[in-house]
Amino acid sequence: MKEIILNRLSSAIPNVQLEFSEYKNELTLQIAKKDVVEVCKLLKNDTELKFIHCEDVTAIDWAKRKNRFTVVYHLFSLKNKFRLVVKADVDESDCNIDSVSSIWRAANWHEREVYDMYGINFNNHPDLRRMYMPEEFEHYPLRKDFPLLGIPGSLALPKK
Amino acid sequence: MEIVNRDEVHPKIIEALLKADTGLSIEDALENEMILNMGPQHPATHGVLRLVLRLDGETVIACVPELGYLHRGYEKMAENMSYYEFIPHTDRLDYLAPMCNNVAWVLAVEKLAGIEAPPRAQYIRMLVSELSRIASHLVAVGSMAMDVGALTVLLWTFREREKILDIWDIICGARFTNSYTRIGGVANDMQPEARSKVEWFINQFDENLEECEKLLNSNRIFIDRLEGVGVISGEDALDLGLTGPNLRGSGVDYDVRRYQPYLFYNEMDFKIPTYPEGDCLARYFIRIDEMRESAKIVKQILDKIPQGDVLTNQPKKVLPQKYEVYSKMEELIHDFMIVNFGINPPVGEIYHAVENPKGELGFYFVSKGEGHPWKCKIRSPSFNNLQAVSHLVKGYMVSDIVAIIGSIDPVMGEADK
Repeated sequence: MKEIILNRLSSAIPNVQLEFSEYKNELTLQIAKKDVVEVCKLLKNDTELKFIHCEDVTAIDWAKRKNRFTVVYHLFSLKNKFRLVVKADVDESDCNIDSVSSIWRAANWHEREVYDMYGINFNNHPDLRRMYMPEEFEHYPLRKDFPLLGIPGSLALPKK
Repeated sequence: MEIVNRDEVHPKIIEALLKADTGLSIEDALENEMILNMGPQHPATHGVLRLVLRLDGETVIACVPELGYLHRGYEKMAENMSYYEFIPHTDRLDYLAPMCNNVAWVLAVEKLAGIEAPPRAQYIRMLVSELSRIASHLVAVGSMAMDVGALTVLLWTFREREKILDIWDIICGARFTNSYTRIGGVANDMQPEARSKVEWFINQFDENLEECEKLLNSNRIFIDRLEGVGVISGEDALDLGLTGPNLRGSGVDYDVRRYQPYLFYNEMDFKIPTYPEGDCLARYFIRIDEMRESAKIVKQILDKIPQGDVLTNQPKKVLPQKYEVYSKMEELIHDFMIVNFGINPPVGEIYHAVENPKGELGFYFVSKGEGHPWKCKIRSPSFNNLQAVSHLVKGYMVSDIVAIIGSIDPVMGEADK
């Protein structure tokens, strides 16, 4: 699978950075932030790859690293019975990445959740609102600097 | 349900509601559109789901689901506790099938830490998963029928589910929040009484399920309210992230048990039922068929289950048995270390998915070699299934929403995490 993905992607997209790694039979593909939409579109639409099932979109907060966040996409190909993990680094100073919800509609809510929990903005997202927390909430709960006990007074009481 | 003024709903929800692509053309559209609030405490929303609806007369033009009323921050909590400590919390995700969640969690941790449970434990896990699937589908079918007006079925399916809860009582001592599995095996062996109870249950189950079916399959009102309602094509369903019975009701045969077999599912003989219609009725039939298949799997497990240990002997990763902790020095030290500092799986990242009654439940771990995960993501099936609700209800009546939500069978404990 690795060779097929590599061939398809590098022949279709010029100057694409691809970095493969494998851990416990799971193939991970690290790409640059700017290539996300193009790579994902190809992974979904290519007749041999057909990663039509977007299982999950999430992010990791590395706290002290230079590129603080990594956005992780879990894709599954029903045709090949194969899972691919796609990763792209996002820095805190430029905290945004292109949305893939135009490719898989399933990604819509997952991206809203990542936005809610990590504060990563998704460009061109059709409906970027907070998923779980109230709209007025100012913090991002799954960031490592958010305390486990919460911040007192950060959640407004409902209006009478 | 209440009609609300626009200034009573959060402006961003209104914006999303008006912006939503309706793709509908209504003949003789009424001049006055209405915004209706449904939930979060509406009984037909199966928990605390809130839907804000934009209506034209009685037709739904757009719908915006609002989640988060049961958000407990489990992912944050998981980052701050050891892998063992989180097992009881998995019960509270999909609280209609706690056993399945337990199994999913320990399988993911075992994959990360490189532990393998003994075969007997794996068979027991498979057994409890399938029984749990039956219990969950019984609730789904019963409450779905109740939502559209057939109250008797709920009582009958709950009677069956009660027997499964009794089995849980014998197997692990708890009826509802089981926390039965352990990393490296299960908490205790299945007793002969439990086995005979399972045998008894499976032998009488088909007949009782048929009885429930008789109440519904020829019930004109039930069929009329579900047939052709909430139709979704297989392509759309996959695109929107539906999994489990809801996806198979649209004709896609995606089932994690078949596509990426875990435990011993590749040795079992079972069918993946699919229906091409994609409406609420198809989703009902799928659940009935899946219960039959699960019963079939349980029978095979009872035939094949081997004797042996139910907890692997790997002292640095797996909690030793209690009688050994009390009598041996080494085991006492390991017990102390695991309880206090966790099992410290190697640095790495894994995603492991299992087929839950609601769909694909996945756990994604990032480990930095510490006792607690650096990151834990719960890919919950109900969350994804609910995403399709706004697509499903479009163009149908307000009264159909109840049937559609019932057929999707969301559990808010899992959708809100």
